[in-house]
Amino acid sequence: MLRKALAAGATLIVLAGVGLWVTQPRAVEPARYADLTPDATAGEAVFTAAGCASCHHAPKAEGADKLVLAGGQSFETEFGTFRAPNISPHPEAGIGAWTLEDFAGAVTRGTTPGGSHYYPAFPYAAYARMAPQDVADLWAYMQELPESAETSAPHDLGFPFSIRASLGGWKMLYLSDDWVVTDLAEGAETRGRYLVEALAHCGECHTPRNALGGLDLSAWLTGAPNPSGEGRIPGITPGTLDWSATDIAYYLETGFTPDYDSAGGHMVAVIENFAKLPASDREAVAAYLKALPDGS
Amino acid sequence: MKTFVLAAAIAGLAMPAVAQDFDAQLKARQGQFRILAINLGILGDMAKGEVDYSAEAAQDAADSIQAISMVNQPPLWPEGSGADSRDGTRAKAEIWGDFDDFTSKWAALGEQATALQASAGDGREAVGAGLRELGGACKACHDSYRASPN
Repeated sequence: MLRKALAAGATLIVLAGVGLWVTQPRAVEPARYADLTPDATAGEAVFTAAGCASCHHAPKAEGADKLVLAGGQSFETEFGTFRAPNISPHPEAGIGAWTLEDFAGAVTRGTTPGGSHYYPAFPYAAYARMAPQDVADLWAYMQELPESAETSAPHDLGFPFSIRASLGGWKMLYLSDDWVVTDLAEGAETRGRYLVEALAHCGECHTPRNALGGLDLSAWLTGAPNPSGEGRIPGITPGTLDWSATDIAYYLETGFTPDYDSAGGHMVAVIENFAKLPASDREAVAAYLKALPDGS
Repeated sequence: MKTFVLAAAIAGLAMPAVAQDFDAQLKARQGQFRILAINLGILGDMAKGEVDYSAEAAQDAADSIQAISMVNQPPLWPEGSGADSRDGTRAKAEIWGDFDDFTSKWAALGEQATALQASAGDGREAVGAGLRELGGACKACHDSYRASPN
């Protein structure tokens, strides 16, 4: 009897071990980043399109202070409250001591330099599609930003979400660098796809999630409950959003809807970023959205 | 006595209706935003290139926007007229948590509206640039003080 129980216990331990091994945090392949020449100037546009500052600037920061990535903003979700960490180039409080590989592992794989998992409130499931050159440029740009000595605040999550190892399974299910939408025309539509699906991570809010917090790709960009519990994030497929391509591009530039209402909530930060990008990028997003299936 | 009790009971029943007070203030403040939107539409259609630029029409629209931006706001936003107290409004309770900041956001709209009024006659490009700045003032306030639809 005892022997049987011991054998069962040992089996469980082995299975758990195999599970943890299979789902362990993965670093990037160094070869992907080895021969790149980082360009900090190009990195600024990646930084803007990826919206890094929107979540990582200090709460209530205005103007140039939004480039001090001290962290501290809170994000309420049904899994608990996430707090954005300090990602300024400060060597201790921020990420100044990282290598390009550490940074790429964090951004595209959700893996910490120490080899554990980040929570997907950090939208690495979108950034997984980021081109290695853009990652390198982004890293070069972010190292030039001001340092902040602010200590990162911990997340406040309930069990079992507080166990980071469980994220390995989540990543197996939901972390992929494949495009969501295929068969697009090369050019504006594919540039738009790169902006929407990778950098600007639009799907994170505009696509509904299942019980495990994974995106329901069959309902891509068709709208979702607001994770903060207040209101609904609208669908932006042609079935829901009947704006012209010009209307969409103009909204991303100014925040004005075709009725000349103006954006509110988190879209204010998104538009602030898109307004700084070239007009061709706003038009590319519009071209991509117009090329989506109806979704209704 | 009986009448008094009955009257008190009716008054008690009528309480929820009191929560719908400030109808006039809601109409006034929502009306001023409509006037802004209609005139922004005239300018925006020119900026987008959907309508030919007209210096006169642009100036009229910019004048109207500037005039609305001069309306004194505090009488339109009494405490208890937010979305936490009644239906028909998306005004967040945060407005009354920092009313000075709220009115400073309106003042910022006034500055942009005055700048737009000065440049509206200078052509389509100038209107587009002025609208971008004005749009920034709209968003800055909506970001903090207006709830999402639904």
